[in-house]
Amino acid sequence: MVDTVVIPLLKILIVLNATLVAVTYMVLLERKVIAWAQSRLGPMRVGPYGILQPIADAVKLMIKEDITPVRADRWVFTAAPIMSMVPALIVFAVIPFGPTVTIFGHPVPLYITDINVGLLYIVSVASVGVYGIILAGWSSNSKYPLLASLRASAQLISYEIAVTMTLVSVIMMAGSLSMVGIVNAQYNQHVWYVFAQPVAFVIVLIGGLAETNRAPFDLPEAEQELTGGFHTEYSGMRFALFFLAEYANMIVVSSVVTTLFLGGWLPPFPNLSVFHFLYYIPSWIWFFIKSFLFLYLFIWIRATLPRYRYDQLMRLGWKVLIPLGIANLIVTGIVKVLMS
Amino acid sequence: MFDTNELVLNMGPQHPSTHGVLRVVLRLDGEKVVDCDVVIGYLHRGIEKLSENRNWTQIILLTDRMDYVAAATNNVGYCETVEKLMQLEVPRRARYVRTILCELQRIASHCLWVGTHAMDIGAMTVFLYAFRERELILDLFEEFCGARLTYNSMRIGGLPQDLPSGWDKKVLQFCDIMDTKVGEYEELLTHNRIWLERTKGIGVISGPEAVGLGLCGPALRGSGVPRDVRKDEPYAAYDEMQFDVPIGTAGDTYDRYLVRMEEFRQSLRIIRQATEGLPEGPIVGKVPRLIKPAAGETYHAIESPKGELGYFIVSDGKSTNPYRFRVRPPSFCNLQGLRRLVRGHLVADVVALIGSIDIVLGEVDR
Amino acid sequence: MAEAIAFYTLAAFILGFAVLVITTKNTVHSVLFLVVNFLFVAALYVLLGAQFLAVIQVLVYAGGIVVLYLFVVMLVNLKRPPEAHQDPHRMTKIGASLAAAILLEVAVIAFSGYVSAPPATVAPPPVPVTGNTEQVGWLLYTNYLIPFEIASMLLLVAMIGAIILAKREL
Repeated sequence: MVDTVVIPLLKILIVLNATLVAVTYMVLLERKVIAWAQSRLGPMRVGPYGILQPIADAVKLMIKEDITPVRADRWVFTAAPIMSMVPALIVFAVIPFGPTVTIFGHPVPLYITDINVGLLYIVSVASVGVYGIILAGWSSNSKYPLLASLRASAQLISYEIAVTMTLVSVIMMAGSLSMVGIVNAQYNQHVWYVFAQPVAFVIVLIGGLAETNRAPFDLPEAEQELTGGFHTEYSGMRFALFFLAEYANMIVVSSVVTTLFLGGWLPPFPNLSVFHFLYYIPSWIWFFIKSFLFLYLFIWIRATLPRYRYDQLMRLGWKVLIPLGIANLIVTGIVKVLMS
Repeated sequence: MFDTNELVLNMGPQHPSTHGVLRVVLRLDGEKVVDCDVVIGYLHRGIEKLSENRNWTQIILLTDRMDYVAAATNNVGYCETVEKLMQLEVPRRARYVRTILCELQRIASHCLWVGTHAMDIGAMTVFLYAFRERELILDLFEEFCGARLTYNSMRIGGLPQDLPSGWDKKVLQFCDIMDTKVGEYEELLTHNRIWLERTKGIGVISGPEAVGLGLCGPALRGSGVPRDVRKDEPYAAYDEMQFDVPIGTAGDTYDRYLVRMEEFRQSLRIIRQATEGLPEGPIVGKVPRLIKPAAGETYHAIESPKGELGYFIVSDGKSTNPYRFRVRPPSFCNLQGLRRLVRGHLVADVVALIGSIDIVLGEVDR
Repeated sequence: MAEAIAFYTLAAFILGFAVLVITTKNTVHSVLFLVVNFLFVAALYVLLGAQFLAVIQVLVYAGGIVVLYLFVVMLVNLKRPPEAHQDPHRMTKIGASLAAAILLEVAVIAFSGYVSAPPATVAPPPVPVTGNTEQVGWLLYTNYLIPFEIASMLLLVAMIGAIILAKREL
């Protein structure tokens, strides 16, 4: 009873709360990191060094007037941000933050669940997340947000293909679709997959940037673009939900890349006994450090690079990443056959 | 199938990337721009008409507000035109200081250009770096004439006051700092793959076409036409300075970008020469108390950061106000090229092209 | 017991949303109800122990095919309002009688034993691997290889056709 109901419920509570807090503080992190890159300070007034800024932002957005365009579809207009946010959150059900540890004599796995098709679950949930963007554009009942949202969703779908192709090569190497299985495979094969599959790593990273609509692939939501973006008509908490969903997606992509390529909760050199002192740092701390590195990388890239034009973006996805992914798949398959 | 009519899209006048109150009406076929109609006049303040009711010295204040990004250049151009009409001799020291100030303005204007151009294409960090350097220039100007944007820093015959002591050392320090900073901008942009894809081959215009359209300044030099008023008809102290004029080859946005980046370096070279060789002497020439040029008309042009800035003044010899004051603004003439440049490009390129031409609406509309 | 409750709840939702798909006036709402329907069908697959099929159902159907339906519906809906249900040319009586006839036929077949129940245990085809995905993969590439290849050829032809139709110049 405790094991099957209470502990998973507790885990869900902890993960959900942690994710939502992390997502709001991502806003602050982004503003601070970009500010420091641009030789300025970022938010400094609210709380010491601006720590309470996300709370001020949340309060402001919640008390803003709730505007719905006159002829917009009320239900879909409200549902769209939710359909953007929920897939980002439920992915965390399969992300392993650590192996099974003993807490108060009870073996507790540090993941909510481990389903045998975990990676595929993540990909399928991400593909449902496209609906939020499409419906946001359509329900605003205006030409330009609709076209912008269709472009954004076309971008998402294209890069999903590239990423999924590449993930198959990781699955081939690990021999399992479950996230815990992939981390264990990295332990058993004595290598983090970033070294065994560097091409796949780069493709998944670039694809992850494009899937979350981050720079340099953020043309659909850039202010300098004429078609105002799919969230033009949104204000207040609904607008906030879209952006929180974007940051949640970023955290998801970071976590997935960490699990698949950087060994998840494993410390560096997990098999060499000379580095065993690294095991004193708890596994989930390693997971957070690695995920945080990727989040920082995403923000760093946004501060530095200009953005791609839409046709160049699509060309990159279809003509470069997909062929590379397929080539990677073929090479991985050949190597696996030759080595067995 | 779906009907592919032409879509009319309106950009501005309130728009984050049109660099002022510019309205561009685009006719699109899908995502390609078929034609564009540029609507200006939102910033028209009647400077030319106002000048007819001001005396010659008061007009200097008005010229500041045309190209407000590089205000001292406008002052210099106007004062030199009046001096040409009145055949006044400007002392050598004043000419040197005018050169230094003009080149500082060129750097300030190009800083703003590179910042906004990069930001429109998505690289937001360059904007803040460029403005950080522009602040240094504004500090120098504030020390000299007390203002940061609209200087009123020239008088007919020279300058209103001499340089404060130690100012030239600060200028040389600034030059050293700026050298490394230009390297920073280039590192972020010049060989960046995404920057190249967004600017190479965009808005190509050949030399003869550019001349036919009346383009000037870096927009013209990017197409390979070696026209620079500082070299062709030297004014101020440019005949005593050693500098090169960068010329582009392909005539696309990338070449215009490279031309302006190299102009940074050449301006620093000129400033160093002028500051180190600053002669002693009076700061203002022998100018009559009441400025009343004899009846006549003249045209004089200088090389402002945006291109050839020309003034045409007509004096009727009787009153202390000009009879006619006409400006040939480089941004106005360059903006004519926009229609030709955007044809066939995508909507996202229009913003890059407006930035590449480098316009200031204060100048376009006056 | 719990399985039965789960099955009947899911079945109720599936049928309910299916009815909503065909009765809603707004086309986009109809497509959205279809998505929800597919998600519940995926839940049904999980109940049956076919987890791979469930996530593929979400990935391909709900996340791919219906998205494209939605694109088309939205772009077409831009100009024309949704079809009114008061179309004077509807042939209500003929439609209702046809539906009743088919229902009668199905009921007769179901309840009068023309179709016998399948045997109590069906031996699964022998595959040397365990696990949902692995078994599906094994079967697809050994017993059902030719249908698999034919299906992929079909998809290739469809892709080429779509590209040719959509390209402006070739």
